[in-house]
Amino acid sequence: MKILVALKQVPDTETRIKVAADGKSLDPADVKWITSPYDEYALEEAIRIKEGKGAEVVALSVGGDTAKEVLKNALALGADTAVLLKGDGQGDAFAVAQMIATYAKDKGFDLILCGNKGLGGDNAAMGPMLAELLGVAQANVVVKLELGEGTFKAEREVEGGSEIVEGALPAVITAQKGLNEPRYASLKGIMAAKKKTIEELDAAAVTSGAHVSALTLPPERPAGRLLPGDAAGQAQALLQALKDEAKVF
Amino acid sequence: MILVFCELKDGQIRKPSAEALSEGRRLADASGKKVGALFAGASCAGAAEAAKFGADVILTAEAPTLASYSSDAFATLLAEAVKAKGASVLLAAATAVGKDVIPRAAARLGAGYASDVTGLSMVDGKLQAVRPVYAGKAFATTTFSSAVQTATTRPNVFPAAEKAGAGTVEALAAPAGDFKSVVKEILAKAGGKVDLSEANVIVSGGRGMKDGANFKILEELADAIGGVVGASRAAVDAGWGLPHSMQVGQTGKVVSPTLYIACGISGAIQHIAGMSGSKFIVAINKDPEAPIFKLANYGIVGDLFEVVPELTKAAKAMGIGSN
Ligand SMILES: Cc1cc2nc3c(=O)[nH]c(=O)nc-3n(C[C@H](O)[C@H](O)[C@H](O)COP(=O)(O)OP(=O)(O)OC[C@H]3O[C@@H](n4cnc5c(N)ncnc54)[C@H](O)[C@@H]3O)c2cc1C
Ligand SMILES: Nc1ncnc2c1ncn2[C@@H]1O[C@H](COP(=O)(O)O)[C@@H](O)[C@H]1O
Repeated sequence: MKILVALKQVPDTETRIKVAADGKSLDPADVKWITSPYDEYALEEAIRIKEGKGAEVVALSVGGDTAKEVLKNALALGADTAVLLKGDGQGDAFAVAQMIATYAKDKGFDLILCGNKGLGGDNAAMGPMLAELLGVAQANVVVKLELGEGTFKAEREVEGGSEIVEGALPAVITAQKGLNEPRYASLKGIMAAKKKTIEELDAAAVTSGAHVSALTLPPERPAGRLLPGDAAGQAQALLQALKDEAKVF
Repeated sequence: MILVFCELKDGQIRKPSAEALSEGRRLADASGKKVGALFAGASCAGAAEAAKFGADVILTAEAPTLASYSSDAFATLLAEAVKAKGASVLLAAATAVGKDVIPRAAARLGAGYASDVTGLSMVDGKLQAVRPVYAGKAFATTTFSSAVQTATTRPNVFPAAEKAGAGTVEALAAPAGDFKSVVKEILAKAGGKVDLSEANVIVSGGRGMKDGANFKILEELADAIGGVVGASRAAVDAGWGLPHSMQVGQTGKVVSPTLYIACGISGAIQHIAGMSGSKFIVAINKDPEAPIFKLANYGIVGDLFEVVPELTKAAKAMGIGSN
């Protein structure tokens, strides 16, 4: 079985967000880049399948040179090979989906694992778009995955519970927290990864569907008010304020 | 036309769908377009209600094969309807189904997509969306370059305003052929309360709750004021038996209630990412330096084990939540 794992490099959540001079992009100056956490579940799942029934795991990222860090880490964790599609990986999900589809379409992947969303951009869109472009099945926000002979059974989170999706392979599965507990890279893995090379390809030229035309910081929240008194007094004052000022009740 | 995919539950339009439809109506009025509401299932009984939220046309795809949700079948259905109606905008609520089907339909249409948006407008005849990004630390305005524009609307942000539409019903054919994936079973959680993403009032507990059993006092407060209970990741991960579905934050649910009460939650950025869109935020924390107070409209510095029961008592005495 052949598995593709799509890994997105994203700004760490702790990063202070500064808008660049163009007024529409993130000022990259102080950004610390990490692998999107959901993609770590996707990669872990691929490695577990490899360990369980045997599989070839290809890690892929669309991005610039910095995205190689993501791929080096994936190799250290157990991916067999890594591919960097050089292109804009931070923008439109539809553009990224077309780049990955162009790369993947003739490669015979049985399973494509993604995160359910790339942290920060929060598009939550690349996976299902890729599934459509490749004409394969999908299951999103998956917390449990079982593979059969050419089939899959996935549990995915929905409002108020979860549901079981069954379908045919090949499929795009997007991972949610709960799918597994990602491992840490071992020293042996890190050493082995150093010997591997990352294949670099130019991403296909694509037409994007949407773009960010302005990035703005949210308005400051008005200063809050501390409610004085003992517990009973505070409780009374809070409910009164919610009723009279906020008109919540 | 602006086409809005709507979900039914127990023969009624789901609230987030009604919100998306109302927003569709507003955009249509602003741009001289018509609004279509699209339903799919084994039965679409209840779809007529869409007229109340401004639908000019109600499109129903009824077939036994559509009894269970299928990503590819529903996406095909939506994309074909967009083409058949010459629609330029496709919307749905950002629910589990909406976020699953709209990006797939968008790819089929070669259309751009903006997910989980909190603001929409029509600019020069095209959709423009505003959405929170980077854990709510910034807002991105999304502009479309494709002929068809698609988006999902964040629940609890757009008002579900009643406005009569003609509501002419038209039947759509169900997609033929083998579906690539199908929902086989729904595992409902006990309780059956409103999902956090749709809740108007949320009472959340963090590590300061000290034990899962103590969440009972949050349940009691939530019951008294008509809310549901959420949790921080620290509480969910503590092994207290709280399900991940309760988690609010970057790796949990993104919520936009009218009122969010954070009890024993410090206010880490990853938690704030999930709840900064709340209209009113209340923090109850014994540490006056806790970052959550920077966000809170109302703060109570105190021991939650004293304050929360007092709140429940006072809410009952004031008759809050009973109307
Ligand atoms: C990649 C990543 C993703 C994450 N995703 C999420 C997420 O989705 N959601 C999330 O919540 N977190 C998330 N986190 C974790 C986050 O960073 C914090 O660790 C977490 O939110 C802390 O939870 P807490 O506020 O409950 O606990 P703490 O930070 O430990 O705060 C507990 C608070 O309770 C107060 N307290 C204690 N006792 C009492 C009392 N008796 N009365 C009143 N107050 C009391 C304390 O003063 C303190 O402020 C994520 C972290 C990472 C790295
Ligand atoms: N630039 C990228 N390179 C590789 N994978 C990506 C990229 N962008 C998105 N993905 C994958 O698609 C998922 C959803 O991303 P998004 O739609 O941007 O929220 C991510 O979790 C990744 O698995």
